[in-house]
Amino acid sequence: MAPKLCVLCAASRACLRRPKTSEAICKECFYSAFEDEIHETIVNENLFKPGEKIAVGASGGKDSTVLVHVLKLLNERYEYGLDLFLVSVDEGIKGYRDDSLDAVKRNQQEYELPLKIVSYSELYGWTMDQIVEKIGKKSNCTYCGVFRRQALDRGAEYVGADKIATGHNADDIAETVIMNFLRGDFPRLIRCSEAITGDSVGDSLPRVKPFKYTYEKEIVLYAHYKSLDYFATECIYSPEAFRGHARQFIKDIEVARARSIVDTIRSAEKFRTDPRTSSEQTLGACVNCGYMTSQKLCKACLLKQSLESDQKPDQGASQTKERGYHGR
Amino acid sequence: MTSVVLEFSGGLELLVDGKKRLEQEVPDKLTLGGLIGWIRSNLIKERHELFSQGQRIRPGVLVLINDVDWELEGKETYNLSSGDCISFISTLHGG
Ligand SMILES: [Zn+2]
Repeated sequence: MAPKLCVLCAASRACLRRPKTSEAICKECFYSAFEDEIHETIVNENLFKPGEKIAVGASGGKDSTVLVHVLKLLNERYEYGLDLFLVSVDEGIKGYRDDSLDAVKRNQQEYELPLKIVSYSELYGWTMDQIVEKIGKKSNCTYCGVFRRQALDRGAEYVGADKIATGHNADDIAETVIMNFLRGDFPRLIRCSEAITGDSVGDSLPRVKPFKYTYEKEIVLYAHYKSLDYFATECIYSPEAFRGHARQFIKDIEVARARSIVDTIRSAEKFRTDPRTSSEQTLGACVNCGYMTSQKLCKACLLKQSLESDQKPDQGASQTKERGYHGR
Repeated sequence: MTSVVLEFSGGLELLVDGKKRLEQEVPDKLTLGGLIGWIRSNLIKERHELFSQGQRIRPGVLVLINDVDWELEGKETYNLSSGDCISFISTLHGG
């Protein structure tokens, strides 16, 4: 079979088929298309303003490693005027987080960006290892999701950030849309598909997703072709089964019809709930730690309380739109 | 036998004793689908379902043939040649 030529430049050999468009393109055209699309998302969705301090959530995994690389590059190329910081969360898992934090530290040096690490043990007095020892592997993803979300906020506040940028990609968002659909949680279904969240509520920092329309396949291939240094391993604690099914469903669908990932996001964007039946939550401050919450105690404090009192965690705290512990 | 280079990354290396790259003799006249089945039977030590179901690669695992997306090369029907480098990259591990 003769090598296929790139459909964009018609000069170089094609090296991948783009999932969103089915086009066969070469490496150089892929880099431009990949970076341009992220720039378009940033511009079209008004993700940043000049002069802002941006905390980039850095886990050492593929998504955040590529995010740091691309944000740094686009910030210079298009003069966004952003001040970039890395914020990493140390959950306290021996042999898992240690290695990925090393990858973050290598990124920090390569891109010359300041890094702040916040740990569960300093924030909550519990490491994930200690939590799992106490509660077993059953609902550990719940704890981790709630704790991570708040820890990232704390780290970002510490460095004086205006916003948090996360590496959630199109596959992650499609998966969360499906999960919220299957739970009948339509307010979250709509919210999870927004490129900026937390804009208007309480004192939590806005979160932006520059990879909202970026396929996981392209993120991994970009990292591969550019030889970016990332760390890939599975969480040593069992992943949440429900999310695992949603993830596998998205991946199975991608093989049959790759556009479905971005179309799932488009569907969520068009979703509207009936204003007569949706009740607005009012947010206040947690009486214990001051973090925003719709109840007396925030989810992290509720979970912490249950850890310390041997009770089962409150059901209300078990639903989190954040990804589970294993990064999915 | 045919001599090929196999690469495992993105977490898949954990299924083959942590080996990221190996030079491997495989049976002659394999298709890539045949190679996937052969790897599953001969190299994968644990949790085989994370690699493939028989000759069908697990969705979410990217396959490159000499650094080119296998979707441009006929996927499972590609005929393996001596010296080929086949990379398996999982996209399913932590982001
Ligand atoms: Zn080209």
